[in-house]
Amino acid sequence: MAGGLLAAYQHIDAASDAVKTLKLQGYEGFTVYSPAPLHELLDAVNHKVSPVRLWTLFGGLIGCAAGFAMAIWMSLDYPTVVGGKPLASIIPYVVIGFELTILIGALSTLAGLAFHAWQTNQKAPYDGRFSNDHIGIFVPCSAERRTAVEDLLRTAGATEVRVETD
Amino acid sequence: MATSAITEQQAAPPTYADVTRDIAATLGNPSKLYYVLLAFVLLVLGIGAFALMVQIRYGLGVAGYTPPVMWGVYITTFVFWVGIAHSGTLISAILFLFRSAWRTAVYRTAEAMTVFAVLTAGLFPLIHVGRIWYAYWLIPYPNQRQLWVNFKSPLVWDLFAISTYLTVSTCFLIVGLIPDIASVRDQATGWRKKLYTITSLNWRGTDQQWRHYTRAYLYLAALATPLVLSVHSVVSWDFAMGIVPGWHATIFAPYFVAGAIYSGVAMVITLIVPLRMVFKVERYITVDHFENLAKLLLLTGSIVGYAYLTEYFVAWYSGNPFEREAFYNRAFGQYWWATWTMLICNGFLPLLLWSKGIRRSIPALFVLSLFVNLGMWFERFVIIVVSLSREFEPWAFGHYSATWVEWSILAGSFAWFFLWFLLFAKNFPMVSIAEVKEIIPLPRKKGAH
Repeated sequence: MAGGLLAAYQHIDAASDAVKTLKLQGYEGFTVYSPAPLHELLDAVNHKVSPVRLWTLFGGLIGCAAGFAMAIWMSLDYPTVVGGKPLASIIPYVVIGFELTILIGALSTLAGLAFHAWQTNQKAPYDGRFSNDHIGIFVPCSAERRTAVEDLLRTAGATEVRVETD
Repeated sequence: MATSAITEQQAAPPTYADVTRDIAATLGNPSKLYYVLLAFVLLVLGIGAFALMVQIRYGLGVAGYTPPVMWGVYITTFVFWVGIAHSGTLISAILFLFRSAWRTAVYRTAEAMTVFAVLTAGLFPLIHVGRIWYAYWLIPYPNQRQLWVNFKSPLVWDLFAISTYLTVSTCFLIVGLIPDIASVRDQATGWRKKLYTITSLNWRGTDQQWRHYTRAYLYLAALATPLVLSVHSVVSWDFAMGIVPGWHATIFAPYFVAGAIYSGVAMVITLIVPLRMVFKVERYITVDHFENLAKLLLLTGSIVGYAYLTEYFVAWYSGNPFEREAFYNRAFGQYWWATWTMLICNGFLPLLLWSKGIRRSIPALFVLSLFVNLGMWFERFVIIVVSLSREFEPWAFGHYSATWVEWSILAGSFAWFFLWFLLFAKNFPMVSIAEVKEIIPLPRKKGAH
């Protein structure tokens, strides 16, 4: 965990301003904590859309293909012969294909969430208030830059700024 | 119950700290009433388990099955519990996609109800087949006999639909819980702190976590929405694919889906009324929430009432003597009492909800929800048992009466459902902390909300 400054905010616009200023001044790798997905704050952070959606898409497609393939192959492998009717009938297999689309799509979404949350895990200090009624910002920075960063965070409206060492 | 004190509280919107404190307070030490309820539920569950053991020991003969009625209370109760599950997904997923803010206070209860109802429903096909230990034959798995299941059978569709529904709704519930567990983790002490530390999966509410989480939640909701519509459609095809008079109708899928949501909303009301009182969360679950639920009840109840009328109209208009006889028999035959219970509870009583006074009266809604639950169980009884009792050939008509074993297992299923619900309610937040906060504006520097 890198050393740096951990600021706490009670006002949503103050935290958003701090994030915008940090970005404007070229700071990277800072972590923003919030007790809920606050759109104003997330807009200020302005991340790219999460790639979790691709997991959902490909999981769903794989599930759909697997559902139809399983039903068709098993019907051909153990034929139930009913006079003049096809061994593998697509219409009833839509149900199996549909259910597996949803099932594998949902499980892939979970896997994608777990993978990307782990991949982008920010090893930053935490305070229990950030799940309650405060917004937190941790800015990793060297000892020489702390005064400038602290000024920036306090000017935006931080109620508390503390130094976190390695 | 909607006292003026509550109205005053409602006037002052809660702060973020209030939300965390009030909802975390519901997880404190249980009262004596909680243990009394738990003991009662365990007693009833014990009776149900004993009845099931009797059935396993002596076989399905102890149930009241009499040819031609070979689907009775177990399948009726299976459909009932699957139906109960549906409003949870409606409130949690569909209303989420519609950005309906009022859902935030009630959706966790509805979602937990969904999972526990499917968990209960899933037991009944196993109980119904008699030899529970062979239930795995339904699953397609490589075996020495080199045979596979018949994918053209609605019963196999059902297996896929119900197990998918249980898995997806459980995932949805757990994902929704993670930020809330982190909130209560940061307030908790002792063993609860340890429990919540493990179950919050290292959630800290970072920008990256929210970035992936909000997307994943959106897509889970998007997947759950068509799923909820499909599951009860598939359940309805268990019947509609058969040529039994009273079953073989194309209206069944939408009719069942509307009925499912109707019964589910009623069960949400049944659960939320005592929950709100015991947990003292009147500030979050307000009379407005009940009115919205009542409107949903009125809408879905009207669709169900319309479906009843359509069924009777089509039976008459078709000119098919078997259909006509089936529906005449429902209203005036040996099971007339079941049909009229269904019609009164589901068709007539919900019309009271046109009155705003009743929609905003919590005691009235609670009583009405009990009648709807009763009526919806009887709806499934009428569709299944009454239709099967008189099919085509008069010499094959029969009468089915449930035995004490079936009634005990039915009671046990309610106990099983409430046991899960009671355990969940006391250990995990029943009102979503993060989502309630999302709709409360945080204070701004300039003091304007």
